[in-house]
Amino acid sequence: MSEFRMPSLGADMEAGTLVEWLRKPGDPVKRGDIVAVVETQKGAIEIEIFEDGMIDRLLVEPGRKVPVGAPLALIRRPGEAAAAPAPPAAPPTPAPVSELAAPIARPVAAPPPAPVPAGARVRISPAAAARAAQLGVDVATISGTGPDGAIALADVEARAVAPAPAAAAPPGAAAAMRSAIGAAMARSKREIPHYYLGTAVDMGRALAWLEEANRNRPVTGRLLVGALLIKAVARALGQVPELNGYWRDRAFSGAASIHIGWAISLRGGGLIAPAIRDADRKSVSELMEALRDLVKRARGGGLRSSELSDSTITVTSLGDQGVETVYGVIYPPQVALVGFGRIAQRPWCVDGGVVARPVMEATLSADHRASDGHRGGLFLAALDRLLQDPASL
Amino acid sequence: MTDDRLKTVLLEALASVAPEIDPGSVDPARDLRDQLDLDSMDFLNFMIAVHERLGIDIPEADYPQLSTLDAAIRYLERAQSAAGAR
Repeated sequence: MSEFRMPSLGADMEAGTLVEWLRKPGDPVKRGDIVAVVETQKGAIEIEIFEDGMIDRLLVEPGRKVPVGAPLALIRRPGEAAAAPAPPAAPPTPAPVSELAAPIARPVAAPPPAPVPAGARVRISPAAAARAAQLGVDVATISGTGPDGAIALADVEARAVAPAPAAAAPPGAAAAMRSAIGAAMARSKREIPHYYLGTAVDMGRALAWLEEANRNRPVTGRLLVGALLIKAVARALGQVPELNGYWRDRAFSGAASIHIGWAISLRGGGLIAPAIRDADRKSVSELMEALRDLVKRARGGGLRSSELSDSTITVTSLGDQGVETVYGVIYPPQVALVGFGRIAQRPWCVDGGVVARPVMEATLSADHRASDGHRGGLFLAALDRLLQDPASL
Repeated sequence: MTDDRLKTVLLEALASVAPEIDPGSVDPARDLRDQLDLDSMDFLNFMIAVHERLGIDIPEADYPQLSTLDAAIRYLERAQSAAGAR
């Protein structure tokens, strides 16, 4: 038996509110499955499980806020017996024995609560009804988990906490996110000795390549320069791996994979930097698809826990806002942040003459404990070189 | 399709990208990116949303011709009559 715990979704998270269980006791789970939704300062996040087994018991009810590391459920490993005391078992239904090849423990869950059909009389406890009226929750939208599907107090409170689909963020969410960003950035500035480097990159070839590629693509398949930048960063990191990883326990620990956190500003304030996983192994088209999907989920909900905790470096592109140069703050425990500014026509020297070229400022903020300016400079030089040969990316 | 109808479709497409905007407050003569704080991803999604609603695939090179609501209405009118003439 093992415990499935409230994950830490970044240096700035202390607690989360369980909004919904997507699995119930008896359900088999495998590594990577989404089993719950948790509300954090970063919005509603889908929480993945990191082992194979079966949900034995849920320990936290929807609506409860628990600290990072608190057990949320018990997971039975394959072949393990149920935990004692066992939850009340469902009445045994005769199963065709021949189909049970291995001694699999019978799922002990109650059937999933059925939504109340419209017009039907709603079974609800008096306390729950009072609370629903107080919170302004429509009881017809609640699935009861009490006896015979009756709505209990906890169901009402869970519904009040759960964001209704397509609804705006709950009040106070923006302030909570502001304070979470503040805490993480204060820690970064307090603990990380940043150094900053910048270089101007001629983007003429990259833009010409993109224009050509997009001419033959339908609007749904078009590429943005961001996808190209992510690929270039991932490839350049291959050459300067000490920028890719974490500072932990007074030492740099390099990451085996390149998961690039892409800073996405949220309409309504705040930002979030979910990971584009294995960016070095994805094509530019695949990166574009991943980017679109990520932006959509960052703004509309549905980010996964691993996407918030896996980034090995962060990239922030503020060029759309007209910014020329980004001086980034590293997101701990990462050790580097790459910034991109606006692409603008600038005088540029080519073969002894001055021509107008689209130029972009690329910057690196890096942790001096993990690398030196010389290596950081090599990274930016590699990035520049890669962007001069976009077809190779 | 009338101008009013095109305007409604464009505002719907914008709302799909930036749900918090008040359609009534969009200045038809002002740059959409500036006015609504759209980044290049938002603008691409706006173009995709227009494509989904009208079936018009707007080439990237034409994006500058859709910088304001008024300009976008004129552009889509031309695109529709060109499609109708074929």
